Formats: sequence, structure tokens, C-alpha cells
Amino acid sequence: MRVMVIVPASKESEAGVLPDEKILNEMGKFNEQLVKAGVMLAGEGLHPTSKAKRVRFDGAKRTVTDGPFTESKELIAGFWLWQVKSMDEAVEWLKRAPFGGGVEIVIRPVFETEDFGAAATPEIREREARLRAQVAARQK
Amino acid sequence: MTMPDVHGAVDAVWRIESARLIAGLARIVRDVGLAEDLAQDALVAALEQWPASGIPDNPGAWLMATAKHRAIDLLRRDQMLDRKHAELGVALQSRGEAAAPDLEAAMDDDISDDLLRLIFTACHPVLAAEARVALTLRLLGGLTTEEIARAFLAPVPTIQQRIVRAKRTLREAHVPFEVPRETERAGRLSSVLEVVYLIFNEGYAATAGDDWVRPALCEDALRLGRILAELAPQEPEVHGLVALMEIQASRLRARVGPSGEPILLLDQNRGRWDQLLIRRGLAALERAERLGSSLGPYALQGAIAACHARATSPEETDWTRITALYDALAQLTPSPVVELNRAVAYAMAFGPAAGLEIADALLAEPSLRSYHLLPAVRGDLLAKLGRREEAREAFERAAALTHNARERTLLLERAAASVAPAAGRREPGSQADRP
Repeated sequence: MRVMVIVPASKESEAGVLPDEKILNEMGKFNEQLVKAGVMLAGEGLHPTSKAKRVRFDGAKRTVTDGPFTESKELIAGFWLWQVKSMDEAVEWLKRAPFGGGVEIVIRPVFETEDFGAAATPEIREREARLRAQVAARQK
Repeated sequence: MTMPDVHGAVDAVWRIESARLIAGLARIVRDVGLAEDLAQDALVAALEQWPASGIPDNPGAWLMATAKHRAIDLLRRDQMLDRKHAELGVALQSRGEAAAPDLEAAMDDDISDDLLRLIFTACHPVLAAEARVALTLRLLGGLTTEEIARAFLAPVPTIQQRIVRAKRTLREAHVPFEVPRETERAGRLSSVLEVVYLIFNEGYAATAGDDWVRPALCEDALRLGRILAELAPQEPEVHGLVALMEIQASRLRARVGPSGEPILLLDQNRGRWDQLLIRRGLAALERAERLGSSLGPYALQGAIAACHARATSPEETDWTRITALYDALAQLTPSPVVELNRAVAYAMAFGPAAGLEIADALLAEPSLRSYHLLPAVRGDLLAKLGRREEAREAFERAAALTHNARERTLLLERAAASVAPAAGRREPGSQADRP
């Protein structure tokens, strides 16, 4: 299974303060462990929301707002995508990450095809049918 | 933490730590089987103690320390305290008392080498392929015997025996716990790669059972491949194999229809291909190409898979390049199966007649006599050439030969479609599915 590990924004990350060398070092080591174990699929850090934009959808209307955004609880500063065998394994890996200071990291399982089950079948069928039709049309 | 929580956590710790643990122990006791037993004993101790004491801050170090104590106990109990073992016991004890950070730092430096030794040992050619597969999943993948049995639809005792016998064979053959020397390295490495790819294929094109794919096995193989790429980053074929597996795995979601039926490569919805895995696969292929003066068999197959991955629609596939890659592959590792794939590529690049010529040359090949894909490919090419009755016969023959229930259904459908009235008949894509 895949999980997304979500690192929340903090006052420092929002202020654009980069982590000091010690933390960067420790994080580098942790990432290296993840790669060596074949767990790391992807991972990125995000710029502060001062560089972000927000698009609001209201009927046909689109409203664009420039950052920074203040509801820091809902903001994220980075994420990883991990390949693990179970949520337990993801938790064990995360426990080894060099965080401190009361930060709370969230692990969320990524949807796999089998999670959709029978519910999505008609939609998938329909999409397959459309694609097949397109392919057939091109072959003519 | 409640009891089931601890068990889940212990399982997770085991999956993360077991390979390093076994590898480190094997370096000390010079016996992979004994190392695994010691690691297992430590795991049992963890299951007994952690529910009460809580999970230690560094569970890996805890397991290692426990296993080392067991090693000393075992050596004493077996009264094997001859001079050599006494020295070993003293060495173990003094190591145990040494400042923990130093020991751990030393362990950390060596652990990559130990893991590499462990992989080469588990995949030693003295073992039969199925024994290598089981042992590799067990020692390096951290899978339990039950999980391996489930994955291969085999009874638990069968796998258990397979692993016990494999460990005994290694001991009796005095297989050294080491990375092979330069002279035999290439051969030994291909034995390792073969095992990883066997595991992947068992998940990707299940040879037994009702399911067309078992993604969990693909994930295990991919993880082993990614670990290997970190342990032996200078080996182009390791990256070639990883490229091949990443790109093939990118299609897993698209290969199975809503009711579990197989969807072949050219019929797949490419929007459902996993772009993350494709990117990773293309990056691995680049590494293989940078490292090697010419591509090896896995890198060539990875390059073929990449041709498909780069095409946003079947029509955009660079079939001419694929035929060139298959020509190279046929030269490097000539085999009837490669020829069959070459036939499919030629048919796509230069028309069905060109493909059928290569495929028909294989009819006399004894090793393909019961291989369902030969008649399946011929059926497809014959149908395209309008030789409908021959096509039906070929598809029926293929259906009779396959062991996979889903595939049989598909082939019988195609047999019926071959002779059905042409009006409104959709020509399903070619059998070209791999790599």
C-alpha cells in the first residue's frame, strides 16, 4: 500500500525560515534510510504560502486569492509518498523521523483500485468503453 | 497500547529490521540459517516483553542485543566452546559492553555489505529457483512463511520445508557468507536478479489461480529491487531490472478490467497508468544506460517497456525502435520466448505477415509446444490476415494450454470472434502485452 505522510506548516516554515544544518542533516539521513529500504517513492517540501495562490469555486465563478494564508492548522509544508506493507509499518517508520517540538504528522493511506470495489464499476466500465471506442475509431 | 496494537507494531518492526538483523547476525555466526533462528528468537522475546514494557525507543538495537545474547547462550549450551567459539563469545560480550553509539555506527557502516552478502547467499545457485525465491522473501522481504505460502498459493508446510531445506543446503554446501569475487560476480548477480524478477512475474502474470495479477507480490519484488539498487548502485543491470519492474508495475491498475478480466497492453486506458512509477522507471533506465557501455537483457526489456510508457496512445508507439531492441535482446539472450515477442513487434512495425513468419518458425520448437502464448499470438496475426478458421483453431489451442482461468475465458472469446460475422466486430488488440 501507499501512504501520504503530511507535514504541517509551522510559524517558521510559513516565515520562510529554513531548517538549520543539524535538522537538514538528520532529515537527510532519515530520507536515506527510507530510500535504502525501498520505502520512499517521492517526497517534496513546499514554499511558504506567501508564494501560494488559492482558487475558490462558486458556481461558474472563480475567485483567485494570493497568499499568505493564515489558517496555519490547515496548511502543509511538505509530504512524502511511501510504499509500505501496512499502516503499522508506516507508523514505525514515522516514529524514526527527526521531528520534535510537539509537531503532529498525519499518515493517510492512498486509495488503491481495490478500495473502489464494486461501487465504481459502472463508471470504470463506461470509461473503458469510451476509450475502446476512441481506439476503434482511430484504427478505421 | 493494547495487545493487538503491540502485535501490529512488532510485525512492523520485524518487517523493517529483520533483514538488517539477520544480515548482521550472519556475519557473526557465519550461518544464515542460524542467524535467522536467532533473529526469530529475539522476535519471540519481543512479543513476550513489549506488551508489558512498551516498545523500546530503538527497537532494532533491542532486537540485535537480544539476539546476540541468545547467540552466546546457544554457543555455551551446545558446549561448543572450543577456542574459536570462546573467542567469538568474548568478542560478542565485549562488543555488547562497548559504548552503544560506537557499535551502532560500526554496524551501520557494515550493514549495507552484510545485506548484500545476505542477498547473494539467499540467491546462491546451489539452491533451486523456488528455494531461492522463498528464502529471499523470508530473509530480505521480511515476509512470514504464511505470507509466502499465501502469495504462491502453496500449503504452509510446503513453504516451511522449502525454507528449512534451503538453509540446510547452504550449510552443507559451506556456502560462504560473502559477496562473490569479481570473476563470478556477473553470474551470481544474474542469479539474484532472476529471483527478484521471478517474484515480480508471479505477481504480474499469475501462473496459477483465478486472479490475473497479485499486486502485493509485485510490490515485494519492487521493494527488493529498489533495495538492491541502493546496495549495488554501480551495476547497470540492477537498474535495468528496476526500470523494467517500475514500468510494468505502472500498468497494474490498467491491466485488470472491472470483473477481473485481463486487459492487454494496447487496449489499456493509458490514463490509468501510474505516472509516478513510469517516471521512476525512466530514471532507473537512464542510470542503467549511463553505467553500461551496452544494454544488458533487463535494461533492454526496460527500454522496450519504456517505448510503450512514452507513447500516449497505442498508435504513437515506436515499433521500429522496439523491433531493434528485440533484435538486440535476441542476440544477447536468444530464446523462443524472445523470438515470439520479436514476432509481435515485427507484426506491429512491418505488418502481420512479417510477424507470422517469425512466429511460424517457432512451431517446431519443442520448448514452446505447451506454451499458450505462441498459438495466442498466431491466432491474433492470422485473424489480422483474414485467415479466420486458422485463427479460431489457434485461439482454441491457446485456451486449452493456459492455466489461468481469466485468460482462458478471454482466449475462447477471441476464438468465437474470429469466425463471427464481421459486421460490428471489434478487433481486439494484439497479444503484445509484455514487457
